[in-house]
Amino acid sequence: MVARTGNRTLFQATHGPLPLSQRGEKRQNARSVSFGSISGTLGYPVRVPGDTTFVKRSWHQEVEMPGIVGYGAFIPRNRIKSEEIARQWGKDPATIQRGLLLKEKSVPGLDEDTITISVAAGRGALARAGIDPQKVGALYIGSESHPYAVKPSGTVVLEALGLGPEIHVADFEFACKAGTEAMSVALAMVESGRVEYAMGIGADTSQGAPNDALEFSASAGGAAYIFGREKLLAEFLHTYSYTSDTPDFWRREGEFYPRHGGRFTGEPAYFHHVMSATQGILDRSGHKPEDFRYVVLHMPNGKFPLAAGKRMGFTQKQMETGWVVNLMGNSYSGSSPTGLAAILDVADPGDLILITSFGSGAGSDSFIMKATELLPERQGLAPTVRSMLDNPRKYLTYGEYAKLREKIILND
Amino acid sequence: MREVAIVGSGMTKFGELWDMSLRDLFVEAALGAMKSAGVDSIDSIYIGNMSAGQFVGQEHLGPLMADHLGVAGVPATRVESACASGGMALRSAYLEVASGMSDLVLASGVEKMNDGADVTGVLATASDQEQEVYYGVTFPGLYALIARAHMEKYGTTEEDMSWVSVKAHRNGAKNPHAQFRRVMSLEDVMTSSMVAEPLRLLHCSPVTDGGAALLLCPLDRAHEFTDRPVKILASGAATSTLALADRADPADLDVVDLSGKRAYEMAGLTPEDIDVAEVHDCFAIAEICCYEALGFVERGKGKDAAREGITDLGGRIPVNVSGGLKSKGHPVGATGIAQAVTIIEQLRGEGGEVQVEGANIGLAQNLGGSGASSVVHIFQGV
Amino acid sequence: MPSPRYHREIPARFRLEAGKCAGCGRVSYPARKVCPACRGQEMEQVKLSPRGTVVTSTVIHVPPDDFLNEAPYAMAVVETAEGARFMTQVVDCDPSTVLPGMEVDLEFRLIRKEGKSGILCYGHKGVPGSV
Repeated sequence: MVARTGNRTLFQATHGPLPLSQRGEKRQNARSVSFGSISGTLGYPVRVPGDTTFVKRSWHQEVEMPGIVGYGAFIPRNRIKSEEIARQWGKDPATIQRGLLLKEKSVPGLDEDTITISVAAGRGALARAGIDPQKVGALYIGSESHPYAVKPSGTVVLEALGLGPEIHVADFEFACKAGTEAMSVALAMVESGRVEYAMGIGADTSQGAPNDALEFSASAGGAAYIFGREKLLAEFLHTYSYTSDTPDFWRREGEFYPRHGGRFTGEPAYFHHVMSATQGILDRSGHKPEDFRYVVLHMPNGKFPLAAGKRMGFTQKQMETGWVVNLMGNSYSGSSPTGLAAILDVADPGDLILITSFGSGAGSDSFIMKATELLPERQGLAPTVRSMLDNPRKYLTYGEYAKLREKIILND
Repeated sequence: MREVAIVGSGMTKFGELWDMSLRDLFVEAALGAMKSAGVDSIDSIYIGNMSAGQFVGQEHLGPLMADHLGVAGVPATRVESACASGGMALRSAYLEVASGMSDLVLASGVEKMNDGADVTGVLATASDQEQEVYYGVTFPGLYALIARAHMEKYGTTEEDMSWVSVKAHRNGAKNPHAQFRRVMSLEDVMTSSMVAEPLRLLHCSPVTDGGAALLLCPLDRAHEFTDRPVKILASGAATSTLALADRADPADLDVVDLSGKRAYEMAGLTPEDIDVAEVHDCFAIAEICCYEALGFVERGKGKDAAREGITDLGGRIPVNVSGGLKSKGHPVGATGIAQAVTIIEQLRGEGGEVQVEGANIGLAQNLGGSGASSVVHIFQGV
Repeated sequence: MPSPRYHREIPARFRLEAGKCAGCGRVSYPARKVCPACRGQEMEQVKLSPRGTVVTSTVIHVPPDDFLNEAPYAMAVVETAEGARFMTQVVDCDPSTVLPGMEVDLEFRLIRKEGKSGILCYGHKGVPGSV
C-alpha cells in the first residue's frame, strides 16, 4: 500500500491485505498529525497514516501466525576500544565515550566479511530451528558491505549452509535497514505460502572513514532468522514500515567510505523514521510502550536509541538487553537484528518484543513478536550474543585495526 | 641389467648467479662432466628440473638444453619430482644405461631460482595445491609441521636442529662451490629470524641458482673414460602421500625409509656399510629424520647425532660433508645430482679438505616435496 | 584460483563433505575415488563434524605473496572425530598458542583473494574450541 502525501511516500506493511473498502478510506484519510515530541522537535508536521486502527487478518484465528523458527548471530572476536581510536586522532576519549556511549566495537579479521558472518549466523539459526536445510525456500541477505559488487553473497551462503538449489535468493541493500528488510521479505514469503521456510539475514563489515565520527561505531556482525509456520520460537504479530527519501548518509558506487550529513542524520533522519515507525506499529497494534518486555531500536551509536526510546516512553530496563552497541558497535544491517537475537537469547514465553530498524536514505521497519513456550529450550543450541560479546577477544591497536580494515595503502 | 658407472662430473658454483641464465647453468655443468670424461658426444640426456616453467617461464627443457650443449638431435628429457628431480634424473639415466639402450648418458640437474619469481609460492606448488597451498602453507611451514610432530614424539629440540645447521656451515665453509662459505655458531642459528615456528632462517636451505651433471656409461666401458670410475650399486625410489595431513605419522619421513630399504636391498648392504652420505637437509629437521629413516641412528635418536658429532667429519657416519643444502645451496632440480657429485668426489679421494678417509661406499638421498618422493643411490669406488 | 577449479571444490570446502569407504570405513577428506587404506572404490558421502584436534602445527612468519598481510598466522593439521585429517589455518587466537592437542572449532572464512579483482575463495579455518 502506498500513500502519496506531498513529496513523501509512505509504505505501510500490515499482516494481510486490508479489506478493499478500507483501502480507499485509508488513502482519503491520510492527514497530518502530530504526536509526542516529534512534531515539536522537527518543527514541521509529520505525515503518518491516518488509519491507526490495526486491521486483523480475517483468518487470524484459524491459521497459526508465521514467525521465527530459528535464529543465530555472529560477532567477530577482535575489538578496538573507542579510546584507542580517539587517541589516534587527538580526541578526548572521555568526551567520545560520554557523547556516543561507545566503549568498544567489533572488528572483522581479514578473513571475515558479510558472507562469513552470514554463514556463522545462519548455522546458528539452523541449529536452533532443527529443520532440514533443504526445506528453506528463500534466502535474503541484507548488507551494505556485500563482498562482491556483482555476484550475490547469498549464493555462497546457501552452499555453505546446505540450502538449495531449489531456493529463491536475493541480496538486499538499504543502508542499515537491509537486515530487517531481508527478514520482512522472508516473513512475507512464508506468510504468502510460497515457501515453507525462509531465511533473512542482516550482516555487515561496516565502513567508516578514518577520523570520522562513524569510525567509533562502524563494526562487524550479524544475525540470521528463519521464518516458518510451525514450532515457532517467536510469533510475529505485526509489521510496519516507514520510508521516505532522506539523504542523511550514502556511499556512491566505487567509493570506499560512506559520507553523511552530520547532524542531519539525527532528527530528520534517525529520530523521525525510528519514531514514526515505532509509533505507527504501536498505533496499529493498539499496544502501549509498557506492554513490551523488550525493545530494540537501531543502534548507530549508544545514545540515539536510548534517546529515541525515552522520548517514546520506553524505559532503560526494556531497552538494555538489546542495546549491544556499547560493546559491539554498529554493525549496520546487523545492528538491530543482533540486538533482537540478544533478546531472544533470554526472553521468556509470552514476552512481547518490539524491534525497529533504521536505514539511511531513509526508512524503518518495525516488528512486534511474542516469545513462545518453545523458545527457552532452543536458546542454548547455538552461541548467545552475550557469550560472543564476552568471549575471549583481542584488543587491537589502531595500527592493527587499520591493517585489518585495509586502510593502509599497499603495493599490489 | 648391465652394471653402470659414473665416469665424469661437473657442477657450477652455487649461489645467486645474476649473470647466468638457466641454459648457461646447464651448459657449464654438462660441459664440465663431458670434459672430465674426455667425451664430445653423448647418446641421451636427462635433465632434473623442478619448475623452470614458474621460475623463468620456460618449459620443454630437453631440446633447449641439447641444442645449447651443441648436441641437438640426441634424445633429451626433463624429469620432475620437485626437489628430488635431480635424483630421479640420475635414476632415469641409470636405467637407460643398465637396460642396454644407451651407453653414454648425461644425468643433469638445473634450477634458476633467482630471476624475480615468487620463490615461496613456486616451491609451494610441490605440495598439495588443493589441500595445502590453498590455505597458505609454505615449504618451511610444512617442514615446521614435521618438526613440531618430531618434537612431540621424540623430544627433539630447537637446539638439536640448530646443531645440524652448525655442522652444515662448518663443512660448507670448506666447499668452494658453496653458496654460504661461513661458519655459523649455535647462537647465530638460534637467534636467526623466525620463518615458520619452530624453524628459523638458519634451519632453512637458501634460494640458489646452480647446475650439476654426471656422465654415466656401462661399467665395462668405464676405463675408456677415467681411471677412477664409481659404480652405481643401487637405486631405490619411493613415493608417499603428497599432502602431509594424509601421512600416517607426520613425524617420520616414511618415504625415505622405503627408498633407503630398497637401495640397501639392491646393493646387498646395510647402513653400517656406508662410509659417507649426502642427505636432503632442505631443513634441519629433514636431516634428523633422514638419519633415522636411513638407519644411521635408531629412530628417535636423530636429534642427538649432530650435537654428538656422530655425523660430523671424523664421526661414525659423516653426513653432508659438502655443507648440505643448507650451506652449499639448494637449486632444487640440481640438488640430487650435486649430492651425487660430492659422493663421487669422496669415493675418488678428491674430497679435498672434507675428504672422508678411506671412503669406499657412499650414499646420496634426495627428497621431493614435504616427504612425498625420495630416491636413494648407493655408490662404490672401483 | 581459477573459477572452474574453485567451483568443483565447493562441496568439500563449504560443507566439509568427505568420503567414507564402504569397505573399511576410512574417511578421506576431501573424498577420493580410491580408498587410500584398502583401495576400495565404493564410497559414501559423509560430512565432517565442524571441530577437531590439532595434530601438529606451525606459525608462518614468511608467507606466500597472497597471504602477506595475514602473517604471522598459525597452520595446523587437524583431525576430526571421523578420523579425517586436513590442513588449515587456526585463527582468532595468539598463533603461538596453537599447539598439538588443541581443540578447535571449524568456522567458515575467507581463505584467499584472487588479487584485487578476482574471485574470493572461502573454506574453513580452525578457531579455539568453544567446549
